[in-house]
Amino acid sequence: MATDAPELTYNSKIEGELFVTKADAAINWLRNNSMWPMPMGLACCAIELMAAASSRYDIARFGAEVMRFSPRQADCMIVAGTVTYKMAPIVRRIYDQMAAPKWVIAMGACASSGGMYRSYATLQGVDRIVPVDVYVSGCPPRPEALLDALLKLQDKVKKERSLSKLLSA
Amino acid sequence: MTTDVEITTAVSSQFPSAAPRASADCPAFNVPATEAIAVLQWLRDRQGYDFLMDVTAVDWSAEQSPRFTVVWHLYSGTKHTYVRVAANCASDTEPSMPTASGLWAGADWHERETYDLLGIKFTGHPDLRRILMWDGYPYHPLRKEFPLAGLPTEISDPEIAAELKEGVISAPMAGGPFVATPGEPMSEAEPRAKDEAWNEHNEKPE
Repeated sequence: MATDAPELTYNSKIEGELFVTKADAAINWLRNNSMWPMPMGLACCAIELMAAASSRYDIARFGAEVMRFSPRQADCMIVAGTVTYKMAPIVRRIYDQMAAPKWVIAMGACASSGGMYRSYATLQGVDRIVPVDVYVSGCPPRPEALLDALLKLQDKVKKERSLSKLLSA
Repeated sequence: MTTDVEITTAVSSQFPSAAPRASADCPAFNVPATEAIAVLQWLRDRQGYDFLMDVTAVDWSAEQSPRFTVVWHLYSGTKHTYVRVAANCASDTEPSMPTASGLWAGADWHERETYDLLGIKFTGHPDLRRILMWDGYPYHPLRKEFPLAGLPTEISDPEIAAELKEGVISAPMAGGPFVATPGEPMSEAEPRAKDEAWNEHNEKPE
């Protein structure tokens, strides 16, 4: 490319190839591949959640290995276990403290529907207090099921209109 | 498990008001509520029952009087034996019992649990709050008239009350609790036969 001021033009030999994409795709790509979970481990599902993070199942393959115990640094709350009415305000408060965009996985029967705890003390599904994106069946679910839920959530995030949400926020 | 055979006569000679209580395992005594703490202290200081295993209570249902019985289980670290002490609460509507937390610090939480679930007020307890259910919960769930599914009520936390629009609801039992019943054909006795949940076979009820 011949111009009078070559230093002002794009030089692909120095700066590499140029990619053109949509802002939504770029934003969602970033969000998808480093989904930092907030482990809300309340019962035995948390053991499977730990297994999913450890070497055999290795949730790091999907970019979600950075379990953050601070809601300010987390994107995705994994509700792993039985939510009692007494715990419900704490779960909701932690969800409220997470910075947007944020997602919720209800892991296992208890978090999804109260499970076998049809009793006076148990919240019958965490979707009564927080919006749930993905439900995982199982009591407890195997780590593969949690990985599948993460992939399902990533598919969902890929389709989000992130830019218009950001601009309208 | 060894049994402390001499404790029965020792208790009845020391406390004439104590009566032997039917028991399938360790020695057990019924004592008046007013003497319960004296018996427990004597067992601890004179008989070597130094460890409080458990404090709980029995609800004999609203038709019975006395309705509530508080039960203490003691263990002796020297004799390696157990003993059970039971005392009826005087009132069926406002049951109360003197606290044992002055004798064993460990009685504190046991008594809070017994208060929470059965509503027995332990007089003299340093901090008698609910321990399992949340503060402000209006019922005592282990009482016989309380349904397993729970009763609708408010939740005190204002943030969560706004989210839970209907408040605390009764859990859908869907035919449960799922326990097998003896004496029926297996197809009817098994817990799954009682399931009334909606699925591919059962329509969701309106």
